[in-house]
Amino acid sequence: MDNVEAVVTQIQGLSGGSSDVSVLHSFLKQADDLLHTESTRLAPFLDQLDPSIHSLGYLYLLEACTSTPILKEQANQLVVSIASFINNCAAEQIRLAPDKFVILCKRLRDQVILLEAPMRGVAPMLTAVHKLQSSSELLTALHPEFLLLCLLAKCYKTGLRILEDDIFEVDLPRDFFLYCYYGGMICIGQKRFCKALELLHNVVTAPMSTVNAIAVEAYKKYVLVSLIHNGQFSATFPKYTSSVAQRNLKNFSQPYLDLANSYSSGKISEVEKSIQTNREKFEADKNLGLVKQVVSSMYKRNIQRLTQTYLTLSLQDIASTVQLNGPKEAEMHVLQMIQDGEIFATINQKDGMVSFQEDPEQYKTCEMIEHVDSSIQRIMALSKKVTAMDELLSCDPLYLAKAGRERQRFDFDDYDTVPQKFNI
Amino acid sequence: MEGEEETSAGAMIDEIYSNGGDAKRNRPIISGEALDIEAYASLYSGRTKITRLLFIADRCENRQMQMEAYRMAYDEIKKGENTQLYREVVQKIDERLGPQYGLDVPWTEAVDRKAEQRKEKLENELNAYRTNLIKESIRMGYNDFGDFYYAHGLLADAFKNYVRTRDYCTTSKHIIHMCLNAILVSIEMGQFTHVTSYVSKAEQTPEAVDPVTVAKLRCAAGLAHLEAKKYKLAARKFLETGAELGNNYTEVIAPQDVATYGGLCALASFDRTELKQNKVIDNLNFRNFLELVPEVRELIHDFYSSHYASCLDYLGNLKANLLLDIHLHDHVETLYDQIRHKALIQYTHPFVSVDLRMMANAFKTSVAGLEKELEALITDNQIQARIDSHNKILYARHADQRNATFQRVLQTGNEFDRDVRAMLLRANLLKHEYNHKASRKL
Repeated sequence: MDNVEAVVTQIQGLSGGSSDVSVLHSFLKQADDLLHTESTRLAPFLDQLDPSIHSLGYLYLLEACTSTPILKEQANQLVVSIASFINNCAAEQIRLAPDKFVILCKRLRDQVILLEAPMRGVAPMLTAVHKLQSSSELLTALHPEFLLLCLLAKCYKTGLRILEDDIFEVDLPRDFFLYCYYGGMICIGQKRFCKALELLHNVVTAPMSTVNAIAVEAYKKYVLVSLIHNGQFSATFPKYTSSVAQRNLKNFSQPYLDLANSYSSGKISEVEKSIQTNREKFEADKNLGLVKQVVSSMYKRNIQRLTQTYLTLSLQDIASTVQLNGPKEAEMHVLQMIQDGEIFATINQKDGMVSFQEDPEQYKTCEMIEHVDSSIQRIMALSKKVTAMDELLSCDPLYLAKAGRERQRFDFDDYDTVPQKFNI
Repeated sequence: MEGEEETSAGAMIDEIYSNGGDAKRNRPIISGEALDIEAYASLYSGRTKITRLLFIADRCENRQMQMEAYRMAYDEIKKGENTQLYREVVQKIDERLGPQYGLDVPWTEAVDRKAEQRKEKLENELNAYRTNLIKESIRMGYNDFGDFYYAHGLLADAFKNYVRTRDYCTTSKHIIHMCLNAILVSIEMGQFTHVTSYVSKAEQTPEAVDPVTVAKLRCAAGLAHLEAKKYKLAARKFLETGAELGNNYTEVIAPQDVATYGGLCALASFDRTELKQNKVIDNLNFRNFLELVPEVRELIHDFYSSHYASCLDYLGNLKANLLLDIHLHDHVETLYDQIRHKALIQYTHPFVSVDLRMMANAFKTSVAGLEKELEALITDNQIQARIDSHNKILYARHADQRNATFQRVLQTGNEFDRDVRAMLLRANLLKHEYNHKASRKL
């Protein structure tokens, strides 16, 4: 009891400047075990501390407090307390103990899922993510948790906002895989197939030493999204894919590859047949909705091909060429595509004719110029980043050690670009 | 107009082959009408005559023509020594032509016996020459063996023996002799890769070659390209064949064939300038050949002067007979399709808008069928146009380069952006993994 009180006084005393806080941090690390043993009695002490000033101490106490198994009745209270802590805490202090913070937030996620109200966890988790990451380019362990809650709560738009940030640094590969996979699913939900394809592509081609389940599932979705977005799927992996992935991923996704093959034939009937044979597998993978979207994308693609050949075409002819059931259905499809902006056309209902027009974009407006200009700026920034990274890497001792090791040992006449010191 | 052509052509054809025999043929041989088998067969000699007759008999549906072909084949085989082929033909005839066309067993036995004797004699001679190591005699020995096997229908052995003479050839003449024999046997066997290699070998000899041989080699090369479906090269070879060919290569090809093959391949694969200036219409040399097949000459002229209906008419008429030709039959469909497509493209090329009804009239087809054909050509990007299906008009359409460029630029930018970001991520992951491993080791 005394010890805990002593801890609390320390926290209250040392939560001032940054040097004090680092002293406090080392003190708390030593006191951690003590706190864990006293976890059941810590609750009243929490009230003595202010989360916004004493964030680090509050974090330790709260984490120890919640480390015991929680009863159902207390879950609600717990969620509220964690959420309010996250909202109020000071970012600099908790960045000193990121692991504890992550554990705490994961507990929040568990409780929220247990309570079957994932929506309650979305906003706090978003705040947590922003507070934890020191720059928007860093991927934290909380990103996938946040995206998971968004998926479960079906609020995709919030998830999208996080996905807009470009990530360049990753702590743990597993976080990265989950982030990309969940992110891909959110983009699919919002019908942003281009971004989904990019994220799933990153998972599939990421360096990995063993095949993991996330990559397998991501590959299945990758095949389907590729068909929807591009109208084709190439089964060859890019050169930079890991050999493990190249060898093994296809073995798990044979039904999807069959579907891709029948899609390339261009006939609706073949695609339908392929879907029927593999229906249970698609359902088991929970991909049936996506598969249905593949079928409708095929109709769209066939109609788009017609715009390349015809200026006007009757609805009856469209229906027969694209293998639809009648002019009414053809009209519905064409109408939907015009609304989605996928083709430019006008329907003449009196004659039952559709006139196809050219893309009215003339690339002459100010917005277009701004768009091109901003793209140029962005790419220049990216190039600078690449150069910077290259320079950084060539000074990295570990890299130099490896390069030095693999160098020929007997070329004394050659100019040595790696100093001898690194010849480990 | 037609009568004039026929009599003039007929007179020239009469001059070409003197065994016109009893009836004066004043109709051209490869024409729209039913094939005149006797006249056709008289263009050829040797083994190819028999092969062609058998091919016609196999493919032809007209009973009378079939029987006539078998009869002529029988007669021709009996003049030679090929008992295997003889037996085959007798089986195919199947007693339908009467008793004198049945299996003449004494004749086959006599021929076989003679063959055995001759073979022994040749072997002994060859061995003697080989021990004496006289190059010229060894070469003649192998050559005779080759001839012997060829006459008896054992083509693979004949080829082997002809090729063996290569080591004993001393002058260019010998080499050319060997090459021509090898080419002949290869064509009969249908192995056209050998034909190409031996043609090039013959053309590489240092001494000048006489024009007849040059013409023969060009024909052989043309045939090889035709079989390989390289129609443009085949057309070039046939068009370069000199008029000296005359009737000197009847064991392989007749001058009418040179005209037909060359004309059709050129029409299917050359563009307009090539057709007129360089090669076909203004080519004086080739004109001699074209006179032999006036229908082909007419259809080339019609195509050039845009009379598509009559051009396609001639093609349609010739089709039945061309399907009976051993070298051309499996290329007829492809060549015809290509010619038809070229006609369609050439028709639409000069116009901004074309009325599909008029075009269907010009091509003697229905508007719906024409629309389907044009759709295929547009999708293949051979015609830059769009179809107004409501008013049945075809509008020429030229791609807007400026918009296309902008689109490509934006797309490239996006792809670069995406790829570089992905690459940075991967590099980061690799670095992390490597650090992880390294830290574990240390």
